[in-house]
Formats: sequence, structure tokens, C-alpha cells
Amino acid sequence: MSDIAIKVEGLGKRYRLGEIERYRTLRDAIANAATAPARWLKRAADRGAGDVATDARRDTIWALNDVSFDVRRGEVLGVIGRNGAGKSTLLKILSRITEPTTGRAEIFGRVGSLLEVGTGFHNELTGRENIFLNGAILGMSRREIASKFDQIVDFSGVSRFIDTPVKRYSSGMYVRLAFAVAAHLEPEILIVDEVLAVGDAEFQERCLGKMNDVARSGRTVLFVSHNMTAVHGLCDRAVLVDNGSITATGSPSEVVGQYLHTVGSGAGQTVDLAEHVGRSSSSAPLMRSVVVTRADAEGVGSIPMGADLEVRVTVKPTETLTRPVLGVVVKDIYGAPLFGVNNRFIPGYTLAPVNSPSVICCRVPNLPLMPGRYLIDLYLGDRQKNIDVVRDAIAFDVAAADVYGSGSLPPESAGPVYWSASWTVEPTPDDES
Amino acid sequence: MSPDLNDSMTVSAPDSAPIDTASTDASPTDTPPIPHVVIAPSRGWVALNLAELWRYRELLVFLAWRDIKVRYKQTVLGIAWAVMVPLMTMVVLNVLFGLLMGKNGKPTIEGVPYAVSTFCALVPWQLFSNVIGQSSGSVVGSSNLITKIYFPRLITPLAPVLSCMVDFLIAFAVLLGIIGYFHLFTDYHFVISWALLTLPLWVLLAVAAALSISLWLSALNVVYRDVRYILPFLTQLLMYVSPVIYTTKSVMTGDVPQWIRTVYALNPLVSVMEGFRWALLGRSDPPGFELIPSTAMVAVLLVGGLYYFRRMERTFADVA
Repeated sequence: MSDIAIKVEGLGKRYRLGEIERYRTLRDAIANAATAPARWLKRAADRGAGDVATDARRDTIWALNDVSFDVRRGEVLGVIGRNGAGKSTLLKILSRITEPTTGRAEIFGRVGSLLEVGTGFHNELTGRENIFLNGAILGMSRREIASKFDQIVDFSGVSRFIDTPVKRYSSGMYVRLAFAVAAHLEPEILIVDEVLAVGDAEFQERCLGKMNDVARSGRTVLFVSHNMTAVHGLCDRAVLVDNGSITATGSPSEVVGQYLHTVGSGAGQTVDLAEHVGRSSSSAPLMRSVVVTRADAEGVGSIPMGADLEVRVTVKPTETLTRPVLGVVVKDIYGAPLFGVNNRFIPGYTLAPVNSPSVICCRVPNLPLMPGRYLIDLYLGDRQKNIDVVRDAIAFDVAAADVYGSGSLPPESAGPVYWSASWTVEPTPDDES
Repeated sequence: MSPDLNDSMTVSAPDSAPIDTASTDASPTDTPPIPHVVIAPSRGWVALNLAELWRYRELLVFLAWRDIKVRYKQTVLGIAWAVMVPLMTMVVLNVLFGLLMGKNGKPTIEGVPYAVSTFCALVPWQLFSNVIGQSSGSVVGSSNLITKIYFPRLITPLAPVLSCMVDFLIAFAVLLGIIGYFHLFTDYHFVISWALLTLPLWVLLAVAAALSISLWLSALNVVYRDVRYILPFLTQLLMYVSPVIYTTKSVMTGDVPQWIRTVYALNPLVSVMEGFRWALLGRSDPPGFELIPSTAMVAVLLVGGLYYFRRMERTFADVA
């Protein structure tokens, strides 16, 4: 018992659809109250007809359902899953921001939770003032902040501007300062959500380094991320959350592999995009399905290295796309982008207007990828505007092929990309002759 | 981990889930007991958990400090506005009503210069209306915190009390200055009395009255944004039914019907303002019978508001 830091038993969270609405007025409440008897009668009637389940399903969502797991003291647990899978809800419950509907969780130790960097930062206040304010909000005492103040400022690298209001900071400085405060939080149990998804590459590297220190220092960490590389590198164990439930538990590599299985299928198999969970929240669901095929051959399975890849997206526009744009980003299984193509930037591919269901095809000749599994993000837009964005829309496998014509398969090389090259030898002028 | 860090630990036990402390105490080492938090659904009314609120007192102070800092940033006059607002209100009221009601340009009310009498009521009025104004919208205004981090939610409506208290102290100093001015340069003379000692009680009543309303409004505002439209109307109405520009004695005379007297007695600001005048100016009677129903009402609203707020707070993060 004493080596358990977090114990989660049957945790569930139900959102009533009405509660998700941001804004209600008294008038709505009155109207609601007025129609309540009618609804009550209807529900009673439904109950009589044995139809309760469908009724309940209609106006509630279980964001989290019967989730149980333990985190041992000193363990770094990664939580992965797609957008909307319930990861954030889980974190919010464990951080005590919102209450569960069912089940219980027990936490043994002082908790610090970082659901974003810079919570409570105020634009009008100076860097110095914000360090104290943010520190207090994160749960540090005034004395604790004062004693760590110099370290925080050093770590942030904004010491010259420490008495400037943060509204005059660049976004990079702002994030660095915010992360510096968070990084000096020293709880026994740390709950972190995607904080690494901010800042430039160098800064992310630094954040990962700091996370690594935290993980090594024997603290218990619950780490939620989309960054599969980070989960891989930092975590002792991972759980996969899908559709509100935990669908896999195990070593990070096992669980990451499991995650990729849920993402989509291989070549030749169509993935339905109509209700894809990777769709970004502001998107209009115009992309209905996607299929990845080899351009020059029929077949299901993997795409050979060097083959011509076709990404065929079925689009059902609600109004005319005057100049359709399809962006395709190919990523490795850890989510790191490898390359992206987009007819917005590449001249010569101005597409005709689309006003009825159509297939937009993007062809990538001589696919320069090493064998392995890859993910695709899709961006559908009109002129300069993105309309529908679906991340991790589909996955595909690349199979080894004799791309160099050597008669054997190429050996594994560094990185996921192969490229052709040529070699020559030129004699240097011999100045002694 | 130094022991003082554990001082600010958060231990809560929703009443439906008993804490199993025995397991943590069983550890043989001398280290302080590990904080044990149980997270479980709560139903209905829950305990106020004032002990936890006390552990978070530093955050309360920080939030109040932030409010004060931010309020006067980028203003030319800065904190002087805390003086200017009641002063200008007093001048306007004085010119408007003083000239209408008084004679010879030297209006007095119960032997006290009208300006002094009005300002004496305006100072607690400002405290009351500032607290209501800032506290009622506080939960919605802090949604960026509430959806991202845990702290006792009661801190949100409480922090404005502290920051408004600072403004109040400044305005109070001005009030003393005005009394001093009239004492030195007019035929009004300030008389000190033991009643002055009751002043903190009237301040407390003003704050309690403001909080008793704000706790309800701040929680209601999360779900019903109608609050922000009701509030200015409510504040204005309260000012007219409170003895700011008049005194109780000057209006509650003769044939005022009993029901008006009853309703009037329920307004806690009547006691607050007459209490202020009695304690500071010493010319009027102390608040009488009206103190009992109005204080009782504030107490009921305040305790009810605290429990209502605690009951509603579990949905704040989902709705705000």
C-alpha cells in the first residue's frame, strides 16, 4: 500500500450535454422548468417501454468510464490517446479541478499539477510579480518562491526584462518564464499535461531535459502527451486511453504500438473520416474518407520503398471550394513530422473549384521512406484558409524494396528517410610533379 | 522536502468518503505523514472546509495583491483613484442635494455639515458596492484559473474583500481629513467618544452584508449570466434605500407606514451607515432595533451563501 502514489478505482465522468454549454440565461432555465413536466412524462413513458438506455445515451457523454490503474511511488506513467479520448478529463479529476461522477481515486503525497504553463499569469504584471503570483497559484509558499527566485530567473533567461510587464514579452520569453516557474515546483507527485507542446524546438528540448531530471529524481509523474518520443524516452510505463477507457497498459513501446494500431489501416484500406477523433475542434468535417494506395499497382498491404504514393481524400463540400488545397504531412510513429506537401505552396497545381463530392488525390512520387510505419495528417483548405484538419488520419506501412537495384534489400540506415546520392573521385592536383 | 511545504498540503475528505489515515500513519519513519487525498463524487451539501481555506491564505493574499496592482496599472493617478471616486461622489451629492435642501449655502443635517454626513456614509457604501461589484463576477472572471488548477474555490469571491479593504482604508483616511478640516475651519466640532470603538463592527457588518450577496451572485453568475445585468440595478437601488444622501432620522418620521419601516429595517446598510455616523460624528443615535433583523438576515444569507457556493463549485470547472 505504501508504495502506491496514485490509486484509481473505477473512475468515471459523465457530462450532461446541457452542462457543456458555456452560457445559459435565466430565460432558458425558466423555459426548461416549464417543459420539465413534459420531459418527465416522456421519460416515464420511455421507461415503461424499456428505452431508458437510449434516452440516457442521447443527452449524456461518458468522457471517462470505469478507469482503474495504480501508479507506484517514483514511477513515471505516460498517458497517451487520441484527442477527445478522455486524457484531459482524467487529469482534471486527478488534479481535483473537476469531480468524478463515479469511482474514486486516492493520492498519497503532495500533488503539483501543470495543465498549462503560465496559469494565472497576468499581462499587466512584471515578470517578477508573475513569478510570485504563478508560484502561489501552483501551490508554492511565498518563502519557497523567494528562495528559488534567482534560480527561476536564471533558468528562464529573461533576467534583463524581469521588471517589465509580461505583455511586452515575446511569446517565447513568456513561455520560458512560465515554464521556469513550473519547473521549480517540487511536489512529490507531478501531473503534467502536454506542457512540452509549446515554444520552439530548442526550448522543447530543454523542457524534455528538465522533465528527465524530474523523472530521475524519484518523483512520481503522470505524464500526458501526444509526443510519442517523449513518452518513449521518459516513461517507465504507459496506459492507452481510448473512448474514455483504458485499452492497454504496459511498457511504453508496447502501448505506443497499440496506439498506432488504433490509428488506422494500411494501404488500400479506406479510413472513414466522418467522425475521426483526430479532427481539430474548429474543423468543418468536409473530408469523409481517405485511402493510401500505391499509384502504379493494385493491392493491399504495405507500400514498397520508392514507390509512388497516392493519398486519395473524398471531400463533400458544403459550399464551393473555389481553390481547393490539400496538405499532407507524413510523420513517424512518434508524431515527428518528416515532410509535408501542399499545393498552396507548390505552384502549378491550382485545382478546379469543387462543389460536389469529389476525390482529391495527392501523389508523392518515389516515396523516400525507410521501412516502417508512418502517420498522415490531412489539411483541407480553400485558398489561404484551413477548413478541415485531421491529425493522425491514417497510418501506412512502408516495406523494404530493392531501391538501389543491388539485388538485395538495403540495410537499415540512420533515420526514416532514404535518398539517392552519387559519388565520384577526383584526383587532387599533385603539386610535387 | 522541508516540513513547511507539507504545511500547505491539501487534504480533503468529501463527506461520502472516509479518510483511511491508518495506512499512512503506519509508516515507521519519522517523516511527517504523507498527505492523503481522496477524490470521489460528492452529493448534495458539503462541509465548508474552512481549515483548508486557511491553509491557502497565502494564495488569497496574492490574488488580492494582484487585483490591487492591476487595478491601478496604467492609470495616471494610480491609487489616488481610491480617494477620488468617493470624493467626487460626495461633491456631486453635496452640490446637488445640499444646495436644494440647505439654507445659506451652509447645509447641515442634525448639526453635522452635509458634506461630512454624506461622506461618512459614502465610505462604507463604497466598500460594500466595490466588494459586490468585484466579487460577483469573480468566479467567471477567474475561469482561466478554475479550469486549470485546484484551490479552494471560496478564495475567488473572498479575494476582492481584501483588495477593496485597501481602498476602504485610503478613503477612510480621507474621511478623517475632511472631518479635521470642518473641525478646524467651521463651527462644526468633532467630539470623540467611546462609540468610536464600535467602528470595526460596522465595517465587519458592511463586509458581511456584501459577501452575503456576492457569494450567491458569484455562484449564480457561472450558470446565469443575467447577474451582470441585475447587478448595476441592484447596487443603484440599494444606494437609494440606504441613508447615504439622507439620514434615517430625517426620513423615518411622522406617518411613514409600518411596512415601509419594516422593510427599511431589513437593510443592513442602514445599520452600517447610521453606525458609522454615530461612531464617528457622535451627534446621532446609535442604530436601534433595526440592527437585529438586518444582522440576522445577513447571517442567514451569509451562511446560506457559503453552503450554496460550496454546493455549486463542483460544476464550476465544467461550466465556467
